[in-house]
Amino acid sequence: MLRPDTASATMGAAATAPDALAVDRYRDPAWRGRVFWMLAGVALLAPALVAVEFKVWLLFAPENLKVTLRFLADSLPPAVAGDFLAMVLRETWRTVAIATAAMVLALLLAVPLTLLSCAALSVSSLSGRMHPLAWAMRQAVRALLVVLRSVPELVWALVFVRVVGLGPAAGVLAIALTYAGMLGKVYGEILESGELHPARTLLRNGSGRLQAFVYALLPGNARELTSYSVYRWECAVRSSAVLGFVGAGGLGQQLDASMKMFNGGEVATILVAFVLLVALADAVSAQLRRMLG
Amino acid sequence: MNVPTPTLPGPVGALPARPPRRWQVPLMLAGMALLALASFVEVGVEWRRLFTHDAAQRMGRFLGEMVDPAREPAFLARLGVAALQTLAMSAVGTLLAAVAGLLLALPASRVPGQPASRWRQPTRWLLNVLRSVPELVWAALLLISAGLGPLAGTLALALHTTGVLGRLFADAIENAPDGPAFALRATGLPRAQTFLYATLPQALPQLLSYTLYRWENNIRAAAVLGVVGGGGLGQMLSFHMGLFHMRETGSILLATIALVALVDLLSNVARRILNP
Repeated sequence: MLRPDTASATMGAAATAPDALAVDRYRDPAWRGRVFWMLAGVALLAPALVAVEFKVWLLFAPENLKVTLRFLADSLPPAVAGDFLAMVLRETWRTVAIATAAMVLALLLAVPLTLLSCAALSVSSLSGRMHPLAWAMRQAVRALLVVLRSVPELVWALVFVRVVGLGPAAGVLAIALTYAGMLGKVYGEILESGELHPARTLLRNGSGRLQAFVYALLPGNARELTSYSVYRWECAVRSSAVLGFVGAGGLGQQLDASMKMFNGGEVATILVAFVLLVALADAVSAQLRRMLG
Repeated sequence: MNVPTPTLPGPVGALPARPPRRWQVPLMLAGMALLALASFVEVGVEWRRLFTHDAAQRMGRFLGEMVDPAREPAFLARLGVAALQTLAMSAVGTLLAAVAGLLLALPASRVPGQPASRWRQPTRWLLNVLRSVPELVWAALLLISAGLGPLAGTLALALHTTGVLGRLFADAIENAPDGPAFALRATGLPRAQTFLYATLPQALPQLLSYTLYRWENNIRAAAVLGVVGGGGLGQMLSFHMGLFHMRETGSILLATIALVALVDLLSNVARRILNP
């Protein structure tokens, strides 16, 4: 932490602050470090800028600029024809439907996987170490969760579009698989970081694992679990809007189609719908989480 | 319910008061169930088609071919270049966003105890718009002016992440302890120096950990941006998958997973060094 007197002197504040603190011989003691890290950053960044072909001036080349400006001018009165708006509304609802259906499937998949992998429900670890077999099973389920969530949902969608064909089903399955992986991991973490005493007491007194979960872990962590699930639903809405780009239905697919036809007005309308949808999901999610306390 | 009653000090058999019933909860649950039901009707997943012999066979063939990923040296060299490009896209995009986010976070945050600047709300709206358009959509839009290639993808990442980081940075700056900044302001220092020497050092660890967290996110996003033509691994993926080159697809997927894992590891190590 810098002392204020050094600080005021460093930035050439002598000119602005005519007080006794400002003496030229105080220098920023961290100056060398700052310069070093700045230069190191630039040196690291330079090859990366080459790799991403960072030619920003291309954006302002006359022919590109002309296309961009034409597109922007085209988009200025957004398309508001009645049937187009109805279509956008329908696709918006479909986007929400894809996200919601996917969340239900993800929950159906994630809850059993959480129960299988959660170390807080281990009976053998109540007295000493966890049984090796149980340990191996939990690790295997965790590995499955890692695989599920480390493949991006867009890649799952590409896979499912080829298996079940174009349409919302591919989007639902893609989001469901990725989100099952995320939910399973986070649910496990929430349960294990919460108060373990009630569950341990029940298990010690001979209750089953499911009973210990329903009567101890679930009531203790319900709020946090619900809040995270609602937040994930909000993320799913965003994801499902994007998955349309690979043919999984919803707003993304319409956006893709309008972009390919270079129809700026339609693109503008869909983008506005998009921003409003995300804001709405955001607000609903915040409201639900506030109701939970 | 026959939950054993704990023996409490006080009158024998006195149970604690029943928690108040909240009518909102059943209403909320009913609403959720209705939404879920309507969603399944709307989406119309044909479960029977999903579990047919045919679908299983296609899925099996798909997975079977991916188990034997392509390992030809020429292909691996191209894969390496694409992976580096994806890595560079995520890093440059995140860095640009961190700088732009910090610049926008300044007007979007308020000094504790002082009225908010009139730029605060408009800047927050701008950040919200940047944030609520996903990377992939930004990339598709930028293709018009930047053309196919990693530049569009990088700028798309930067735009979306600016929205996210700007918001997080603004909150972190507002929540930073005000003592040191107050002391510097009291000596009459201008606002820029107060920020650089008091507020920024206070908030810096949090800003860095937000940036690292977004980097982890962006490597995932960068890996798929290519699907709309944004360069890197995603472009290779959509190319080979479109031609049903399943062995190559398998290699690309493995490379993606490895790259994501690598960035997660790096970011974790960096975070541990920065916040011991």
